[in-house]
Amino acid sequence: MKKYILQRVLISLATLFVILLVLFILMDLMPGTPFNDEKLTQAQKDLLYAKYGLDKPVLTRFFLYCKNMLKGDLGVSYAINKNFAVSGMVKDRLGISIAVGAMAMTIGTIAGLLLGILAALNHNSWIDNLCSAISVFGVSIPSYVCALLLCYFIAYRLNWLPILYNVEQPFISLILPAVALSVSPTANIARFTRSEMIDVMNSDYILLVESKGVKDWKMIIGHVLRNTLIPVITVMGPILVNLLTGSSVIEKIFGIPGIGRLMITAIQENDYNVTIACAFVYSLMYIVTMLFVDILYGVIDPRIRIAKEED
Amino acid sequence: MPNLDHDFHHDDFDFAHEEGAKLIDRTYSATSYAKDVWNNFKKNKGALIGIVIIIFIIFMAIVGPGMNDFTYKQIHGGQECLVPRVPGLEKLGIFDGYHNGKDQYAEQDAKDVYYWFGSDTQGRDIWTRVWSGTRVSLIIALAAVVIDIVIGMVYGLVSGFFGGMIDSIMQRFAEILNGIPTLVIVTLLGMVLPAGIVSIIFALMLTGWIGMERIARAQVLKVKEQEFVLSSRTLGAGKFRIIFSEILPNIMGQVIVTSMFSIPNAIFLEAYLSFLGLGVPAPMASLGSLVSDGYKSMTTFPHILIIPVIVMAVLMLCFNLFADGLRDAFDPKMLNK
Repeated sequence: MKKYILQRVLISLATLFVILLVLFILMDLMPGTPFNDEKLTQAQKDLLYAKYGLDKPVLTRFFLYCKNMLKGDLGVSYAINKNFAVSGMVKDRLGISIAVGAMAMTIGTIAGLLLGILAALNHNSWIDNLCSAISVFGVSIPSYVCALLLCYFIAYRLNWLPILYNVEQPFISLILPAVALSVSPTANIARFTRSEMIDVMNSDYILLVESKGVKDWKMIIGHVLRNTLIPVITVMGPILVNLLTGSSVIEKIFGIPGIGRLMITAIQENDYNVTIACAFVYSLMYIVTMLFVDILYGVIDPRIRIAKEED
Repeated sequence: MPNLDHDFHHDDFDFAHEEGAKLIDRTYSATSYAKDVWNNFKKNKGALIGIVIIIFIIFMAIVGPGMNDFTYKQIHGGQECLVPRVPGLEKLGIFDGYHNGKDQYAEQDAKDVYYWFGSDTQGRDIWTRVWSGTRVSLIIALAAVVIDIVIGMVYGLVSGFFGGMIDSIMQRFAEILNGIPTLVIVTLLGMVLPAGIVSIIFALMLTGWIGMERIARAQVLKVKEQEFVLSSRTLGAGKFRIIFSEILPNIMGQVIVTSMFSIPNAIFLEAYLSFLGLGVPAPMASLGSLVSDGYKSMTTFPHILIIPVIVMAVLMLCFNLFADGLRDAFDPKMLNK
């Protein structure tokens, strides 16, 4: 087990390193400069480049950046907030993004589990069909389409909730984005829970529990659900990762000052350090989630652990 | 509780006599695997509806843009933001060109013009733009399938078949690539490369094949130890013959199903890029760019947004239904779930 975890951690670190390198090379290839003021002469630009160390070759900059990063210094912003520490900018915005993601995940998990359990308990009835239909819709329709529809009907037509993010009422303005973002986790978890639970209910050990005379609800909570939830936990990682992709568009639609929007602004303004920091934070969240899921898999399912150790 | 204290008498039982009963041995004609799959697929109503609508949308994407006299980039000054008007239907009180109680077409002096889906903020025909946009989105989806099959499947086949050191290296490489979030790499590539279909396809290509590679590898590992592969090897078949004519046909079902699931994903990524302003360049349309254009005038002229949203949602829904049906058809164990 230790060897397995060590291997996973090493691969994750290598991946992060490669990502950072790729980011640096892509930044270098990107057209334009962060200093877009037309009044600047070439000499002034050269001075600015020298000041920020941008005149050095890519690899030198890369290793310097790595060294600073280990100390928690992500450089300064060139264009968005001149000379402002990037780590501070990222920290401010990360909180909001995580809040939206956590809300969406909570809504998605609860709703998904309920739908899935309801469908499995009423297998092959109209309730089952309805739940399946809801989950197929949820899987198929991208989160930002849901966001647009919610925006139009609930926020604009009915005027129940604010359209744009309002700093004074953060919780109320985060409801719609979180609901829009939760559609796909709901559908995915519902689908998975349903098929897993039907599998468990048809298994021999549940038949044994049933024949021993254990009461219905006790059997479902104590035996069926327990065995259903283990695999469901393992799919939550990939779902969380997918949530990240959806979130930047949602942030744009609802005007939430989150990390996804910061990254897009940074890319448009050629603000190298901010772009790299945002992309890196995204990658970090992604990789940590994947690492966590992989290790969880190993802990939960001994077959995977053994297979990996034999590799 | 039935009464078990029961004594049997000698006349309780009769001997069975074969009185004219013929032994009928039912035989069924053998069905091929492909026919089995088709039979299973036919039973799935959702999947059938899905494929019919997909075919209809593909048909419209091919002929739709040519069905009226507009082109996708033709700008008609003075005919902006018209709501849909369809000849015939207008008499029923729907699609009659009225917006907020006013006949927009009469106001804009365009009494004989019919925009079936309305016109956008620059006076372009939405009908033509939606269908040519669907065409672009479908081309991207098709490219995603081809990439999935060509790169992902071959990579997985080779990695799974040869095993050992080659497998280890190839898997570590794939794992590292997989660690890069699609969002980050696609956004950055969108900036570096010139805007256009080719760039979008290239961005998809970088990480899109990894899911397929995993499935193909897992399938190969399952199949390669089976007897028919061994027998083929004993008969002197070379490695590539074994891979492509023994193993490949046996994993094709899974491969097709997986590639179908990558279609909605590709359409979504294209739409996502367009939404960030990194999609196809301006006069051209794709479903994603139409949605993000419509979003800007959502509150005043919702039809500009709603029509491409409906087409995109229906398309993705149908591809999902179709892929679901296909998966169940290839794997009958899933059928009664």
